[in-house]
Amino acid sequence: MFAVSPLLIAQAPFESTMGLVQKISYYHMPAAWMFLVAAIVCGVASIRFLFTGSIRHDRVAWGAAELVVLFGALALVTGPLWARKAWGVWWVWDVRLTSSLMGWMVAVAYLLVRKYGGPGSDKLAAGLSLFGMANVPFIYISVNYWRTIHPKTTVIPKLPLEMGVPFWFCTATFLLLFVLLLRMRVRLEEQRARLDALYLALD
Amino acid sequence: MSAFFRVAWLVLRKDLTVEMRSFEIVSTSLFFAVSCVLFFAVAFVQEGRALDGASAGILWIAIAFAGTLALGRTFERERQAETLRALLLAPADRPAIYVGKLAGIVALLAVTEVVLVPLIAYLFQAGFLARPLWMLAVLVSGTLGYCAVGTLFAAMLVRARSRDVLLPILLYPITIPVIIAGVRATAALIEPQPDLEIVRFWLSLLVAYDVVFVTLALWSFEPLMTD
Repeated sequence: MFAVSPLLIAQAPFESTMGLVQKISYYHMPAAWMFLVAAIVCGVASIRFLFTGSIRHDRVAWGAAELVVLFGALALVTGPLWARKAWGVWWVWDVRLTSSLMGWMVAVAYLLVRKYGGPGSDKLAAGLSLFGMANVPFIYISVNYWRTIHPKTTVIPKLPLEMGVPFWFCTATFLLLFVLLLRMRVRLEEQRARLDALYLALD
Repeated sequence: MSAFFRVAWLVLRKDLTVEMRSFEIVSTSLFFAVSCVLFFAVAFVQEGRALDGASAGILWIAIAFAGTLALGRTFERERQAETLRALLLAPADRPAIYVGKLAGIVALLAVTEVVLVPLIAYLFQAGFLARPLWMLAVLVSGTLGYCAVGTLFAAMLVRARSRDVLLPILLYPITIPVIIAGVRATAALIEPQPDLEIVRFWLSLLVAYDVVFVTLALWSFEPLMTD
């Protein structure tokens, strides 16, 4: 799987970047979905870390938070590019846009805490992601009270075959990329911990 | 249950006694909030007329900024004297300590708001005091929601490096819904003919936020505060 997914990534752009602005959604929607998946993984792993104290969950949460920032940035950049053409503006304070931006900001805050928080920052960051998850419905309700113009996800099952195939292909590619990056990140962290342990054993 | 509230009350009384003797937090955060408001007044009041709809936002920004300052200071004080460790070592419920701290910070911010609300009403010709009971409800629920998250994060940050920088970074993204709801409710309330339906909607959102976040904080305070 590690070997195949870069090939899939290399193939995907041939399907998706053929001029029309709408084609950006082949990348925008999978990125936004992975952003959500990563956020859920991060939140669940944080809660499990908080209540079991297992360092493994903490590593998963950390890796997932980095992917939230990565896929969130992709979704937040491709979205306005499309919106500029479709709506005529780069940005509106719509439910999805606002809650995505806030979720992304929470993930950035998470990484800042991990980097600059010093000792004890793992619990701090886990608490942050717990509260960040609880925050989502409130942002949703509060902004939904204003009007929403973002397209609904119900258009996806109605896609014609020639559009549906590249779309689901891109989604699968992004999902594989997500799993690959997360596993690599967790392994990196495990190896770093092992290296530290060996280094300490040398002294 | 009564032991729980007794501990919370003792923590609250201790905080208020320390504050009564020094006036450190109230005076600094009040001065800071007033200078913020004066900056906004210089920027947004032109030829004696305030910008429409600016006052609600300015009130909540001033509360949020003053709150950040107060939250940082209350726990900095505990850290300097190593008294937070003593508090956590005491044979008391951790959530009770949280409730006492939260009540103390809400009380301190309430003092700030007592000065801020008339000041902004005066500078921006905003009718904050036209419906005092509604305004009070919005202020209390908004401040409680903001401080519920703030107290937890400030307590967790006590041991972190660069805590002064991290507190706003953590606090502001999480409290966005409180600020949105507070600003919208206040803005709806100071209309000449306020639509109480809208105010009621935002107020109920604020109360729901308070309930969820206080519960969540009580639930997670224990695992988050263990060394």
